[in-house]
Amino acid sequence: MSTPVKQTSATPLGRPHAGVGDRFRLWWNAQSRPAQWAFGVPFILFIALVPILNIPVLTTVGTNFGAVMAQFGMIALIAIGLNVVVGQAGLLDLGYVGFYAVGAYTVALLTSPDSPWNQTGEGNWLSQDWAWLAVLPVAVCITAISGLLLGSPTLRLRGDYLAIVTLGFGEIVRLLADNLGEITGGGRGLSQVAYPQLGQTEANPGGLFSAGNVAGRINSGVWWFWLSLVLIMVVLLFVGNLERSRVGRAWVAIREDEDAAEIMGVPTFKFKLWAFTIGAAIGGLSGALYAGQVQFVTPTNFNVINSVLFLCAVVLGGQGNKLGVILGAFIIVYLPNFFLGRTDLFGIPINGNEIANYRYLFFGLALMVLMIFRPQGLLPARQKLLTYGRQLYVAARRTAKRQHGDAGTGDQHGTTGAEEVSR
Amino acid sequence: MPLLEIKDMTVGYGRIEALHGISLSVESGELVTLIGANGAGKTTTMRAISGVRPLTRGSIMFDGQDITRMKAHLRVLAGIVQAPEGRGVFPGMTVQENLDMGHYARKFANKAEYQATLDHVFELFPRLKERRAQMGGTMSGGEQQMVAIGRALMARPRLLLLDEPSMGLAPMIIQQIFRIVSEINATGTTILLVEQNAQQALSRSDRAYILETGEVVKSGPGPELLADPAIKEAYLGVA
Ligand SMILES: Nc1ncnc2c1ncn2[C@@H]1O[C@H](COP(=O)(O)OP(=O)(O)OP(=O)(O)O)[C@@H](O)[C@H]1O
Ligand SMILES: [Mg+2]
Repeated sequence: MSTPVKQTSATPLGRPHAGVGDRFRLWWNAQSRPAQWAFGVPFILFIALVPILNIPVLTTVGTNFGAVMAQFGMIALIAIGLNVVVGQAGLLDLGYVGFYAVGAYTVALLTSPDSPWNQTGEGNWLSQDWAWLAVLPVAVCITAISGLLLGSPTLRLRGDYLAIVTLGFGEIVRLLADNLGEITGGGRGLSQVAYPQLGQTEANPGGLFSAGNVAGRINSGVWWFWLSLVLIMVVLLFVGNLERSRVGRAWVAIREDEDAAEIMGVPTFKFKLWAFTIGAAIGGLSGALYAGQVQFVTPTNFNVINSVLFLCAVVLGGQGNKLGVILGAFIIVYLPNFFLGRTDLFGIPINGNEIANYRYLFFGLALMVLMIFRPQGLLPARQKLLTYGRQLYVAARRTAKRQHGDAGTGDQHGTTGAEEVSR
Repeated sequence: MPLLEIKDMTVGYGRIEALHGISLSVESGELVTLIGANGAGKTTTMRAISGVRPLTRGSIMFDGQDITRMKAHLRVLAGIVQAPEGRGVFPGMTVQENLDMGHYARKFANKAEYQATLDHVFELFPRLKERRAQMGGTMSGGEQQMVAIGRALMARPRLLLLDEPSMGLAPMIIQQIFRIVSEINATGTTILLVEQNAQQALSRSDRAYILETGEVVKSGPGPELLADPAIKEAYLGVA
């Protein structure tokens, strides 16, 4: 019991190929919980304040920076959700935009006056003030169910087949929205979708979250960004805990080798379905945010190209790494907007609009270059298995502490990483 | 009552029938070998026993219970564990993490039991202990085989299915693997072994079945089959 201690304590620290990311992780995991908070909170605050600090160069010129950041928040949520499916469980889903659409249309169908299923207004059960918040969980549930329904037959397929079927799903959702004109308003879409009613003033009758609140530095975009930041953190906490659980271990095993996972007693179909459903729910959440923010949904917002763009964010940022995919989402959203309307950069005259127009070309090129030089993405997932990270480090740190003469901690503190894990 | 009893098992891939109704049994504590040429259906048999390939006809009984329709992960829980052909090591997991996947389904009651099993695996394969932090995918072929067997042992199998553990290994390592297989069997684990290496396998096993294009053509005690001229010619390259 005491011999393996020394060995494991040396292993996690003596990682042979620790890149910058691994070194950062090592450092981060070596900090105590309070220290992590002390570093993390100011960082998150800074991110939250970025749209109102008016930082030169960084602030977009062609579009409202608050609106850009709001869009980033939503795409970041999408990337986190898609990362569960693609990065964690290794399922190639090309129809993710379908879930985004289901979430957005659920909110719109239940709260837009144009919809036959509108539940707001006189004599209906949804109060105008709380409509958006009330349908948010409904949207998440319905999207989760749609994920379950799509996943049940398709997750028996593998690889390419799954990609094709999901691609079809994304298109079907969009085509339904376009063609069921009686219900969805067809190409005209649904307008006046509900949004959070908060902080109405005379100057600002729609409230803080209203699409009409565009004046000033803290406009509706910023408020939506803050709201999505909160939701991102909640989702990250949820997904992070899942990853560290048996579910996460199952996902990693499935991603690594589905047959071997099955033979090791992992109910692979069940866990793939879980990943798919959870991913769908997060996509639906983002869609609901989107519908509330723009207060208007049309089928064109949910083109297949968006699925590819979401996937691009995940791959660019680093599949399997939650922070990586958030960075990927930022790049995807921010870069085109950075160039939009910009006529000079550091004194060099540029045609920003033109550059922004070619964004798909540039993303394509960037992806190709990245795949050659850094196939794992900008912020790769841990070289080793994601799941056990913290436990191993904590165990190693405890042992290291003990070896530094921190006597009297008792034998149970000298557990190896493996023992920690086996719980 | 045999621990494993297969009756008239037929398994196919699409319209191709790979096994045409084979019957075999493994008694508790036995080391039984399945021998056959490439494509005879050995791996298919193993996959069917593990539950990852459905039967079109016939039945599988395990410990007196009909498991013909039982889900794969429940069979692991019941004690049927396989070290698959081509090893199936998780490449992005460390050796330790691979071993820990072994007891994913069959959880340990307590840490002491876990530690004892892990120690036992490391005793059989000291190399794994040295390399526990190395990525599974970067281990050598022989080492990966050790990982696969060690991982299966972490599930404390009642019936261990080994699909060609000697595949692609140097003679020295093959010797070692066979010795360990005998050792595992000697400590009470029932083993069904698939092998091309007929000489080694037959001399070490209690009984053996010869599989030819999806049918059992011969069976009997290992040493007896080893002496059979027809088998000598077909599988040992001796005229
Ligand atoms: N996934 C599959 N799809 C179609 N046919 C398959 C599949 N897997 C195996 N077969 C066929 O089933 C038959 C039996 O294959 P199996 O893998 O069981 O052979 P084996 O005895 O394990 O051979 P080897 O010694 O080469 O491993 C072969 O004819 C093979 O071509
Ligand atoms: Mg085979």
